Amino acid sequence: MSDNVDRSKRRLLLAATSAAGGVAAAGMATPFVLSFMPSERAKAAGAPVEVDISAIQPGEMKVVEWQGKPVWVVRRTPEMLDLLTKHEEELTDPASSVPQQPDYCNNANRSIKPEIMVAIGICTHLGCSPSYRPEVAPADLGANWGGGWFCPCHGSRFDLAARVYKGSPAPTNLIIPPHQYLSDTTLLIGEDKTTGAA
Amino acid sequence: MKLLKNLVGWVDDRFPLMDTWKEHLSEYYAPKNFNFWYFFGSLALLVLVIQIVSGIFLTMSYKPDALLAFASVEFIMRDVQWGWLLRYVHSTGASMFFIVVYLHIFRGMMYGSYRKPRELLWLIGVAIYLALMAEAFMGYLLPWGQMSFWGAQVIVNLFSSVPFVGNELSVLIRGDFVISDATLNRFFALHVIAIPLVLAGLVFVHLIALHAVGSNNPDGIEIKKHKDANGIPLDGIPFHPYYTVKDIVGTVGFLIVFCAVMFFAPDMGGYFIEANNFVPANPMQTPAHIAPVWYFTPYYAILRAVPPMFGSQFPGVVAMGVGAVAILFLPWLDRGAVKSIRYRGPIYKMFLASFVISFIGLGYLGMLPVTPIYTLISQVLSVVYFAFFILMPWYTKIDKCKPEPDRVTFK
Repeated sequence: MSDNVDRSKRRLLLAATSAAGGVAAAGMATPFVLSFMPSERAKAAGAPVEVDISAIQPGEMKVVEWQGKPVWVVRRTPEMLDLLTKHEEELTDPASSVPQQPDYCNNANRSIKPEIMVAIGICTHLGCSPSYRPEVAPADLGANWGGGWFCPCHGSRFDLAARVYKGSPAPTNLIIPPHQYLSDTTLLIGEDKTTGAA
Repeated sequence: MKLLKNLVGWVDDRFPLMDTWKEHLSEYYAPKNFNFWYFFGSLALLVLVIQIVSGIFLTMSYKPDALLAFASVEFIMRDVQWGWLLRYVHSTGASMFFIVVYLHIFRGMMYGSYRKPRELLWLIGVAIYLALMAEAFMGYLLPWGQMSFWGAQVIVNLFSSVPFVGNELSVLIRGDFVISDATLNRFFALHVIAIPLVLAGLVFVHLIALHAVGSNNPDGIEIKKHKDANGIPLDGIPFHPYYTVKDIVGTVGFLIVFCAVMFFAPDMGGYFIEANNFVPANPMQTPAHIAPVWYFTPYYAILRAVPPMFGSQFPGVVAMGVGAVAILFLPWLDRGAVKSIRYRGPIYKMFLASFVISFIGLGYLGMLPVTPIYTLISQVLSVVYFAFFILMPWYTKIDKCKPEPDRVTFK
């Protein structure tokens, strides 16, 4: 009996069965892997939020939640804006050439209104939320510190336009979310005129 | 007694009960010259059992829900009868697991236990260590404190630095765009069933592989070279009763330390349970200083030591990952004429000592905030850490080894 085994046919059948089984296994794995992706509910949770900025005093920061992330709104003083132009050679990307902001914020202040800074408060390094350090030249941050954000996790430094300093572990400037002004004192974060709902 | 004998006989006709007992315990011949370093294998198994049992009981009162998790842990601590004990058993066990496993790994390095024919045994052991790290990382998210949240945020973001697919990969792991309820729920599932199953399977395979090739010993020589007329190694003694009894001594000593920590210093001054984890998770605010739990800090320090390159954090993540799995390659890096440190020359001893210093130093620096001087020291220690591995083929070869004895040394 073992003399007349068609070995090439047996190999072909074995290969065909394995291939079919492999395709079926890959197909079966798909729903399991995709169930790991964000649910429809999680995807829908990114609705824009309105912020009343009238109560923010000059130099103060307000933190609002958008898509589960902290968004900073700072009213910069004229002195703060003045300092922004003084340290450009210390920055990794002073001209914001990496598209970390909408086009309408790709300017010297990275904002629509010069005094109002809006940024997502998540470090581009590993996702910690940097702390707001508006004071000039505090003892722990050195004499050159002109105000900005310092990340407690890994020491990244950002200026008051959320641009990263050279030598920080963070590779890029912080992200500016899409936003627009509904009135002089009301800001809408997460939606702008060009994109609609982000 | 006769009844018991009949019962064993009945089972033996249907399942190799006595054969299994003999092969793995009463007739498994281990070298007679084991020292205290050989406690840590059996202690690791003991801690695994402690973690599984205490974990099962914690699961009965814990709620894997972002809104309820933190309060349910406080409920366990304050309202569940003896719940505080269950939780402190589990949290102390997590740190003790790593202490025991690090000492177990170091034992293997000292005595060359990874060398032929034990390469596969070593690889399985490294796989257990990696599974253990995943288990510990996911478990640490469950109390949903500030450290849980921001620790997970940082570690998951490591994956987002992978070129091209990084962002999608981190979303896939979180199940959301930020660490959220979805992440907590899946980490719970992975922590309580998926990874423990993998761990149990790997531990089983580790033991089977060990008993197939036989235990190494502090002299690093094979006891199977000298056998008596019955094929039993002359320098071997049956694991049971000789080493079961010895391991009971180790167990008693270990449990004294374990209970001392559990009852008198369950948070170990912030090293075993970090102070910030007694604050509920707040996605809007990172604590002023965050650091992983002590057992991850050596690799965390390597991560922080590597500056971004080409506008990407990825090189640091790769260095961290390679640092964690580097011991995997030891069987093929070591060209030494002898296995055990007892017969190695001064160069190897110097490199091993510098490796230990770099590992502990990095572990310490990984807990501290970033300053330029600490970063510089971390960079130096990272180089020392990797030099141990990269230069190993060279320095083990040129090192002047002493002659190995023919039989194990035993006083």
